[in-house]
Amino acid sequence: MSVVWEVFRQDRKGQPFEHAGSIVAPDADFAEAWAREQYGRRGESVALWLVPREQIHTVGDWADEFDLKYRRVDGYSIKARLKEARERAAARAG
Amino acid sequence: MAAVEVPTDEQGLLEYVQGGGQVEATDRLPDDYRAKLVKFIEMHGNSELMGVLPEREWILRAPTLQRKLALTAKIQDEVGHAQLIYRVVEDLGKPREQCLADLIAGKSKFHNVFHYPTKTWGDVGVIAWLVDAAAIISQKALLKCSYAPYARIMKKICWEESFHILHGRDVILALVTGTPEQFELVQEALDRWWGPLMQFHGNPIPAADDPMFHWRIKSQGNEEARQQFLEGYVPQILELGLTIPDPKLRRGDDGVWGYTEPDWAELKSVVTGHGPCTAERLEFRRRFLEQEQWVRDAFLAA
Amino acid sequence: MNELLLGLADDELVIGWRDSEWTGIAPMLEEDVAFSSIAQNEIGHARAVYELLAEDADALAFDRPLDAYRCAPLVELRLLDWAHAIARRWLYEVADEIRIAALMEDDDARVAGLAAKINREEAYHRMHAEMWRERLADTPQFRAAVEDLWPYAAGMLPAKQREALAARAHRSLPSDKLLLGKERGGHTEQLAELWDEMTMVRHSAPAGAQW
Repeated sequence: MSVVWEVFRQDRKGQPFEHAGSIVAPDADFAEAWAREQYGRRGESVALWLVPREQIHTVGDWADEFDLKYRRVDGYSIKARLKEARERAAARAG
Repeated sequence: MAAVEVPTDEQGLLEYVQGGGQVEATDRLPDDYRAKLVKFIEMHGNSELMGVLPEREWILRAPTLQRKLALTAKIQDEVGHAQLIYRVVEDLGKPREQCLADLIAGKSKFHNVFHYPTKTWGDVGVIAWLVDAAAIISQKALLKCSYAPYARIMKKICWEESFHILHGRDVILALVTGTPEQFELVQEALDRWWGPLMQFHGNPIPAADDPMFHWRIKSQGNEEARQQFLEGYVPQILELGLTIPDPKLRRGDDGVWGYTEPDWAELKSVVTGHGPCTAERLEFRRRFLEQEQWVRDAFLAA
Repeated sequence: MNELLLGLADDELVIGWRDSEWTGIAPMLEEDVAFSSIAQNEIGHARAVYELLAEDADALAFDRPLDAYRCAPLVELRLLDWAHAIARRWLYEVADEIRIAALMEDDDARVAGLAAKINREEAYHRMHAEMWRERLADTPQFRAAVEDLWPYAAGMLPAKQREALAARAHRSLPSDKLLLGKERGGHTEQLAELWDEMTMVRHSAPAGAQW
């Protein structure tokens, strides 16, 4: 009886599927029936994905040794230069 | 920015959770933390499950089709919550069958309120309104639990509980605006349930002495929860013309509620299995669990 | 009053009541939740049909004398073992599908429309019953339960619809002797017990009291 099914639910059409929890069921039919109950009996989901846990390939570690910040927003600090550019433009205009 | 690394040493993890950090099922959990999680979360699951028994017969006796439907849905939610909660415990290493076996054998606990009888339709209203209100205060605090899988199901649980309290209050309002006998039903039920309600959040041990607070499984002290309950619900009870059976109950000028010291000995006796209905309810569960073992076996065999 | 419709509503009310008896004690929590949904649907169907028949659905549901109910003996039985509960679910759904299909052809548009709505919701009940039937089909408990309840299922439908039922259930029509006491038109003692409990709170206040 021990297949753990991870349940992903969609709030409304167009929304991403989000992990909602897990159900233990012997086959896909029971998994569907029970997931419908747990995650949809109040019409709170428009769709569900059910995936056996063992089918899920988990990725969890990252190597970021050399801090390549240039490719992220936090890699840029434009305040100081922007202030100076504005001051210079104002001086030219004035 | 680098991802947050969950410390793998016990002291590091303790500081991490005390600083508000959360952990997942796949993180390395110290034995003490894991054991406390299982104990706390299992008791919650047991409570949702045992909470069904005092209420179930009133589905059959509900006086209108609407009330029958609402009560069925409320109790259904509670079973659904037990399902979610035991799933979390299972991922921590204790299978549901073991939880149920321990419950029936009296080896694990469930909340005091579910050890008491329900005698009238008045109880149905009082439980759905006030017992669920007391529970939801604790449940909202658990949204911050350091163990993320549990915190996540608390979100769903709190969302579903919101209609229970409204349904309960609606039942009460219909009764207090009905016949004098119906008003008495509520008052009489309230008189019986006030004691257990005051005990519900547990005795007021300081957070520092609460083992469940240590690992931030709980983030709210017992007394804080009780004060929140009184602050929110005493005015709502009194405005209906009901009386609360505690002459010492009053709000101080500092906003702190004073009350007659609850009977902590009674609480201890009840949760250790000596409540008025404990034995009969566990026996009821045991009878059906055994009777339907063949069904679960048929599942495993197929 | 339309006897067919009242029979449908009373069947749904009473089987909804019986299905609710599994609250808290189903073999697994998931089925507790599923049976609760099924029961809510059934009570909802009963209410919708009562509303077609009268102003006050609650009065019709609760305030008639016992012999005015038109439910079939099948739904009145107290069946607190899973094999019988599932056997009844399955047999009831098979029989009900035949009944509902006929009502969907009714000349009265409101009846046909309501039957169509009920039929759509029943799809889930049928799927659930079939799923369980498949899983338990080879067990002696389930086979014995179907054997017990089959005459009651036949008794739920008028004679002209029983052939269709027998075909779908892969069984032969029960003899008249076997049908005795199991056909719609009479009631079991179990209905009286159920009715007492069902009406005890409502009857504790004067008629017209609010709840």
